[in-house]
Amino acid sequence: MAKSIAQDSLAARLRSNELYAARPLTGSSMESRFSERVVRGLLFICAALSILTTVGIVLILFVETIGFFERVSLWEFLTVTEWTPLFNNAKYGVLPLVAGTMWVAVIAIAVAIPIGLSAAIYLSMYAPRGVRNVIKPALEILAGIPTVVLGYFALTFISPEFVQRVFSDTRLFSALAAGITVGILIIPLISSLSEDALQAVPSGLRDGAYALGATKLEVSTRVMVPAAFSGIAASIILALSRAIGETMIVVLVAGGTPNWSADPRESMQAMTAYIVQISSGDVPRGGVEYQTLFAVGLTLFLITLALNVASYFIVKRFREVYE
Amino acid sequence: MAVQASPLKGSGNLQRRKAVGTIARGAFFLATMFGLVILAILLIDIISDGYTWVDRDFFTALPSRFPERAGIKVALMGTLWVMGLTALITFPVGVGASIYLQEFAPRNRITAIIETNIANLAGVPSIVYGLLGLGVFVEIMRMGRSVIAGSLTLSLLVLPIVIIASQEALKAVPDSIRQGGLALGATRLQVVRSHVLPSAMPGILTGTILALSRAIGETAPLIVVGAVAFLTFTPEGLDSQFSVMPIMIYNWTARPQEDFHSLAAGGIIVLLAVLLAMNMTAILLRNHFQNKQIQ
Repeated sequence: MAKSIAQDSLAARLRSNELYAARPLTGSSMESRFSERVVRGLLFICAALSILTTVGIVLILFVETIGFFERVSLWEFLTVTEWTPLFNNAKYGVLPLVAGTMWVAVIAIAVAIPIGLSAAIYLSMYAPRGVRNVIKPALEILAGIPTVVLGYFALTFISPEFVQRVFSDTRLFSALAAGITVGILIIPLISSLSEDALQAVPSGLRDGAYALGATKLEVSTRVMVPAAFSGIAASIILALSRAIGETMIVVLVAGGTPNWSADPRESMQAMTAYIVQISSGDVPRGGVEYQTLFAVGLTLFLITLALNVASYFIVKRFREVYE
Repeated sequence: MAVQASPLKGSGNLQRRKAVGTIARGAFFLATMFGLVILAILLIDIISDGYTWVDRDFFTALPSRFPERAGIKVALMGTLWVMGLTALITFPVGVGASIYLQEFAPRNRITAIIETNIANLAGVPSIVYGLLGLGVFVEIMRMGRSVIAGSLTLSLLVLPIVIIASQEALKAVPDSIRQGGLALGATRLQVVRSHVLPSAMPGILTGTILALSRAIGETAPLIVVGAVAFLTFTPEGLDSQFSVMPIMIYNWTARPQEDFHSLAAGGIIVLLAVLLAMNMTAILLRNHFQNKQIQ
């Protein structure tokens, strides 16, 4: 007992550098302590750069957005349902862009939740280990495909060969086709994170349910999924946030005109697509067009930030704690 | 036999429950295969559309209004420039940050803030990094629509991923290695340099390559920073204008003509081949070092 306390305190002193201080300082070790502090400072700067990045993002978005709101009222931005900044009689209501983004994201989530969650249940409850070790990395390949490639696939295959045939009167460029493709993109995110959450449920719960005579399906849906709920919910929110920030698929297949409409078979412009469209051209700094980029970007940033924070708190608040 | 004798047998309910279970199992399996089937269709679709276009001219030709004369030389060189610079910036900074956080940082509030912040940055949409690059690098720092502005933007985008991966690699180094070094009188920096880093290096390199393989496919932030598709010269320096492969692919895909779509498929084949090569390198590297450690 005494020995282990002695070891602990030795380890603690090693960690806090006390032992170096206790050593007689020769010239060379003073020098090395000095260079140690310099290197340590440099390493700290590397780590602190991440804070600088966040500050940079927030500042640049806010500064340009404030400039924007000196020309356009916040009320107009949030309530008008027309977004026509390039017209002579320009209207700056962001709602059509937000609606475009939301249509795509909601369709994506509607596709990805049943498929992704089913895959997670299959991988954690049913699949033999060998099968799982092959399928899981293969699904992650799908998540690693560049989104511009999925955009190409959406435009040349998913939209004309699938969406337009199944849903009549769908345009080639539609929120529906974009939503389905983004849904495919986020399936691996949901299946992978939800499977991790299911794996983390202690086996006692599962065995107890089997012992009561439940079938595998009942164990999965009535015991395992509720027990892993916080992790599953967090994975869904992260996937939603990813869908909202997704750019190249919606640029290529959702369409290029803002459209305040309730029909996802029509083409709609999403927030990210607007940013790409405007910044592809030459936009002089200080002009209202330049500022709209940042106003829309800030809206996007705040929505995804809120979702990321929400998922963090869901995991923290609703996690079932097991021994 | 024993099951048949049990009182449960009499209720048709159990049979029904088992039947439902079997159907559900099939449905779960189909859902799992769905993603893989889509992946297979995607690869077949792209390869069959584009493979005839990938020949030697494709790699040496400049962009053109005529699909049969267009190639990816400019975009390929641009990608090499931008990715090379991004690697040069990301690797030292990312590894430095992870060493600080894992080996030196005191467990205090500032450290906690930095770590939460890094996790949050990993969730920021890539196009927002593009706006950061446009506002700060292109406009305020007056770098213009240049290779360096693009590389800095991509570096900030992948830094959180590199830091998180490197931290995992450092965490996996057993504490006894650190204690052994310290016991011999080495300073903490010496321990990190001569003991911890060499053991963690395979993990760090793997993580960095995987992070860069994400950057190489990024399109949106570079469009915002000002990469253009139609350039007739390859980059000559940090301040050159540039194009990259994903932007060339985007530009070709967005055109209505069928031939440009096939050209885009050709570009995608090259991009995916580069990605595959990077992932293979990461895997081989990891296996190589793992075998070495066992011996």
